[in-house]
Amino acid sequence: MAGWWKKNPFYVEYMVHEATALFVTAYAFTLLFGLFRLAQGEVAWNGWLEALKSPLSIVAHLVFLVAIFYHAFTWFKLFPLTMPPIMVGGKRLAPNVVVAGGCTAGVVAALALLGLVWRIAA
Amino acid sequence: MSETQKIIEIEILRYKPESDEAPHSELYKVPFTDDMSVLQGAQYIKDNFDGSLTFRWSCRMAICGSCGMMINGIPKLSCETFIRDYYPNRISIEAMANFPIEKDLVVDLSGFIEKLESIQPYIIPKEPRTLEQGEYLQSPEEFNKYIKFTSCINCTLCYAACPQVGLNPDFIGPAAMALLHRYNMDSRDGGSAQRMELVASEEGVYNCSAVGYCSEVCPKHVDPGNAVNINKMNAAKDYFLRFLSPKGGSK
Repeated sequence: MAGWWKKNPFYVEYMVHEATALFVTAYAFTLLFGLFRLAQGEVAWNGWLEALKSPLSIVAHLVFLVAIFYHAFTWFKLFPLTMPPIMVGGKRLAPNVVVAGGCTAGVVAALALLGLVWRIAA
Repeated sequence: MSETQKIIEIEILRYKPESDEAPHSELYKVPFTDDMSVLQGAQYIKDNFDGSLTFRWSCRMAICGSCGMMINGIPKLSCETFIRDYYPNRISIEAMANFPIEKDLVVDLSGFIEKLESIQPYIIPKEPRTLEQGEYLQSPEEFNKYIKFTSCINCTLCYAACPQVGLNPDFIGPAAMALLHRYNMDSRDGGSAQRMELVASEEGVYNCSAVGYCSEVCPKHVDPGNAVNINKMNAAKDYFLRFLSPKGGSK
């Protein structure tokens, strides 16, 4: 079974989906580290904020964004596989409608969160 | 045979258990017409080049589920896969992945049959009814809940598609789980608690990592991957809610 996932584009997509979860973890740890620095006091917190502005950090965050976007999209794509059928008016909702619904909900939630943080910051 | 006769190269993974230590490839040049399936290509080879080539087939119209093969690495029914779609490239045929090869393209399905038996694939009545009480009634809504999962033809393409079956041959697998789900979803059936022990076991649904290729290759659109994943939820509910209302066999 070694190298099984290289044999079929479908498996490759699955592995890329699974692998991009590592970027979700990496971003979570970045935020968690910020919280840790905040607990250490103002100097530590400002140092963390300064570190976020470095070119390396900006590139890393762009990579996180792309990877997490891909992970989220392929996660929603699995909805028709993983969820019980959603019945509307006695009929099963079509798989692409379920996927589109999930993606829309994800985008709306992300924008709402962004708006909230924006207001707090302003 | 006219001069414009098209010839396709078909490479077949051969294995004779009585003389071969390991499977090996053999190449055949097969004249074909546009209406010929890959199965007919194999039949042409058997009739004209090598009578010992062994493969299963019966109905030739995607009903019996006998002629599954790996065609260029993808699990397919060879009767509904056409040579013209591959020409002028070579077609490579192998026995279905994740099964022991018996001979050439014939695999040993005894493990799969045991799995099918283990899920209690029959209606276990919710309540016993006497003849006087009449038949079990079912509404179209109740019927719609399981009808999709009755379409399985046991071709086992989903097992050949599932990397988790390859990694753990004991995994009960997609088709058997789809059949289990079919009976659990039947309003006349009351056996889901009995089947739960298997669903939640080491061989059960949690082997699945939601690759989803099983549902992709299913020639009957049974969506076995959905049956497996719905039962992950059912097993989790059974495990966590058993203190409130003991039902199934989760341990």
